[in-house]
Amino acid sequence: MAEAIAHAKHAEAHGHHGPSGILKYVWSTDHKIIAMQYMFTGMLMAVIGGLMAYVFRMQLAFPGISVPGFGVVSPGEYNSLVTNHGSIMIFWVAMPVLIAAFGNFLIPLMIGADDMVFPRINRLSFQVFFVSAVLILASLFVEGGGFGGAWTAYPPLSANAEYNLTALGSTLWLVAVALEFVAFLLGGINFIVTLMNSRAPGMKAYDIPIVCWFIVIAAILFMLSVGPLIAGAVMLLFDQTLGTGFYDPTRGGDPVLWQHLFWFFGHPEVYVVMLPAFGIVVEIIATFARKKLFGYKLVLYTAVITGVLSFFVWAHHQFVAGIDPRMANIFTVTTLMISVPVAELCFVIIATLYGGSITLSTPMLWALAFMAEFLIGGVTGIFLGASGADIYFHDTYFVLAHFHYTFFPIAIIGTFAGITYWFPKMFGKMMNETLGKIHFWGTVIPFNVIFIPLFVLGAAGQHRRIYNYQHFPDLAGPEFQRLRIIATVALLVMLVFQLVFFANFFLSLRRKEKAPRNPWRANTLEWTTESPPPHGNWPPDEMPEVYRGPYEYSFPGRDDDYWPQNEPA
Amino acid sequence: MIERLVVQASSFAGDIDGLIILVAVLVGFWFLIAEGALLALVFAFRAKPGQKAEYLTGKEEHVKRWISFPHGLVLICDVFIIVASVQVWYNVKQRLPEADYVIRVIGQQWAWTFQHPGADGVLDTTDDIRTVDDLHVEVDRTYHFQLESRDVLHSFSVPVFRLKQDAVPGRRITGWFRPTRIGRHDVQCAEICGFGHGVMAARIAIEDASEHAAWIAANTPAQAP
Amino acid sequence: MSFAKPIATTRSATGIPTGRLAIWWVLASEVVIFGGLLGSYVMHRLGHPEWADAAVHTNTWIGAFNTFVLLTSSFTAVLAHEAAHDGEGKQAAKYLMLTIGGALTFLLVKSVEWGIEISHGYTITANGFWAFYYTAAGLHAAHVIAGAVIMAFIARDAWRGRELQRVELIGIYWHFVDVVWIFLFPLLYIAK
Repeated sequence: MAEAIAHAKHAEAHGHHGPSGILKYVWSTDHKIIAMQYMFTGMLMAVIGGLMAYVFRMQLAFPGISVPGFGVVSPGEYNSLVTNHGSIMIFWVAMPVLIAAFGNFLIPLMIGADDMVFPRINRLSFQVFFVSAVLILASLFVEGGGFGGAWTAYPPLSANAEYNLTALGSTLWLVAVALEFVAFLLGGINFIVTLMNSRAPGMKAYDIPIVCWFIVIAAILFMLSVGPLIAGAVMLLFDQTLGTGFYDPTRGGDPVLWQHLFWFFGHPEVYVVMLPAFGIVVEIIATFARKKLFGYKLVLYTAVITGVLSFFVWAHHQFVAGIDPRMANIFTVTTLMISVPVAELCFVIIATLYGGSITLSTPMLWALAFMAEFLIGGVTGIFLGASGADIYFHDTYFVLAHFHYTFFPIAIIGTFAGITYWFPKMFGKMMNETLGKIHFWGTVIPFNVIFIPLFVLGAAGQHRRIYNYQHFPDLAGPEFQRLRIIATVALLVMLVFQLVFFANFFLSLRRKEKAPRNPWRANTLEWTTESPPPHGNWPPDEMPEVYRGPYEYSFPGRDDDYWPQNEPA
Repeated sequence: MIERLVVQASSFAGDIDGLIILVAVLVGFWFLIAEGALLALVFAFRAKPGQKAEYLTGKEEHVKRWISFPHGLVLICDVFIIVASVQVWYNVKQRLPEADYVIRVIGQQWAWTFQHPGADGVLDTTDDIRTVDDLHVEVDRTYHFQLESRDVLHSFSVPVFRLKQDAVPGRRITGWFRPTRIGRHDVQCAEICGFGHGVMAARIAIEDASEHAAWIAANTPAQAP
Repeated sequence: MSFAKPIATTRSATGIPTGRLAIWWVLASEVVIFGGLLGSYVMHRLGHPEWADAAVHTNTWIGAFNTFVLLTSSFTAVLAHEAAHDGEGKQAAKYLMLTIGGALTFLLVKSVEWGIEISHGYTITANGFWAFYYTAAGLHAAHVIAGAVIMAFIARDAWRGRELQRVELIGIYWHFVDVVWIFLFPLLYIAK
């Protein structure tokens, strides 16, 4: 009753309104609008990051070519392209789409709340994020060019303009990344507190959909791991701009300190992006296999253990970096150990398919492809976690192929899975299944054709971040160049197929027929409201109450094979 | 496996390749099982009209053991890999067998300087041979390398040795190798070091005793009076 | 444009008020930031015994005075919370203003201190010790400034009898800023 009164006051207050039209969207504090802001910004940055890949892969396949739309790629520009491709994809695509967009959209809806607990801080987080996106793009156009010291930005190269030759670009890059961190710290507070406190009456901890848990665990991981790097970034900024020597060995500093601070964050960061993607996959698989998740608590504990362990593996990125060789053995042990809970997570999800009634809709195809491709990424990580093997593989294309087999499923496949699944709820229209499937195969098949050759090239000793392998006689042969060309052509094909997605997206928005509330016959709360949900998500006197967990599919003895969480017993 | 793409030219290259094969066999096994299970389950449990899915809570033993048993097996495989990896790592990075010769490798933006001990076999004497991007070593001799950097991080990588070590400015890092096969191969820089990272290509010439002696004789700097 | 609090903000499935939950999470992330910075400093300091020659030039008396100022301001923040708890908005606001006064005193003293040190050539680029000194104390001072600004807004609201629960929250943040200083003081002023 108190809630209904509060909501009525809320609705009343919203009657007196300020801006209208487009400005209403810019200044909105509604979590769904903010989610869209993050999603569209992230998608735009994905296009930019993808085009960067197009340019540098063209250079690699056809060295010295004048790349259509770009021109001849200089060595410095090449370094800047790979640096910013990586930085943009992780910080301005994976994180905003998987965490901020899906988190913002889904969490209040899935827990039966009308918004996030701090809508204005939510809006602020996007505004800070937006500034960071502008800065990273601006950094590409300043004098000297964009920063080219890799997304890892190791000093002394990154600290000293005499070495990197991109004084302004380096500092803008660093400030952009730092602001992005601030944006996600602000956003994370909202996610964590909202999940903890604002659940619908009756929703106990183990009734929360896994995707919400996983996004919040990711936010916690982020908050606890990024601190030392923020400190390190301040020190790097001072080295760059004030002439301090935190990382300068000639001034008593230590370049390897940065590496520790960076990777202490960098490794948990990969789980920060991995968990939301897994969460999305869990929701989709449960829905389209019509099956209760096999082991909700197991999945939850596995995610938490993975998160905790992720703080103890970081130096596997530094095996040959000049750390004490004895330390390497410790990190081999912890790194291989973390494969156990991640493997467990994969096993439980695959086990959920057992006994199911599986429909291969477009979202389900994406979710299954995530598992199939992520498995490759996961197992190839073992080669790198074993320090003895990493001596050979470090800094080769083997590493690159490994992390694209994890990051691509996470950032791209996970995103398409989530968008195709929640599009009806977000936009009130159904997407076209045929176009969806064409886009799916046109993305997944070329993806493998890009990166399997890169595993081979890495095994052949090809190192990263080199703009022209014709300089290396052992790597310049036609059999190797052929692999580079195959990878590039596959990328071109994959990029072209993305047009199918955009076509599907915009054509579907303009359909006349409206999507039903619950097209997938799913259990979770977001499907009980309109498509798209109104401001406040439910009418004030119809805020949902929860009676069961989120995965009560195919419950014996019931006519329907689903049982929404808010249906009274 | 790797040797089909890159020859083994050092005494520990075979060990590293062996470790890689061990990992490949173990993860390959798991990979095929997991992918196989994924595909098999998707096919076996495709939606059929009139047929409902099972309701499984996760406590059912007959399905749980399909998770807990692989769980244990993965752990055991990890232990095998750890033990093998620690052995290889110890051999390459923790021990330092007695050297026949010592060389100095200096990275800078954007070239490698190699300081060879010269005819007297001792480093830091007047007959030392300094080259740029051109390392010469003798087969079947144990070398210590002293790795330095003049400016930023670089990394000394010799794929045919399966060897790699970052060069950190302000430090001198010592490692070892023992060439086992004659030939000429690439040396790469394995840490991005600026605009010219991609042109820091050097070559290593592994020579037999007489060829190496001849190279030394031909390249010894004129002695100061 | 009026802003109405969503129902979500008023719910409390954990029993802990939303704002308090939030401020503890903020503190957790701040602990890791300062922890990283101070951890790096300690490791460097242990590896560079010669930094003691530079550290000897920090003024322990000024540091101690500033410690006293901050501790006192934390005390007034507690008094503000008690007043807010009793619903006494104006009294709470007065105590908050005293706390802000403490913050301003701290910052003023620090400015003078840094001015003296810089005039002696102990700048941020002088050596590794001074680089950490200014960075750590500077990051702390930035948090003092930010906290004081937010506190001023909360004091204004409290004066008008609004949002009194936020007095406790800014107090918790303020105690954290105090605790960071309590780590900084021995590390920068006493370890010589």
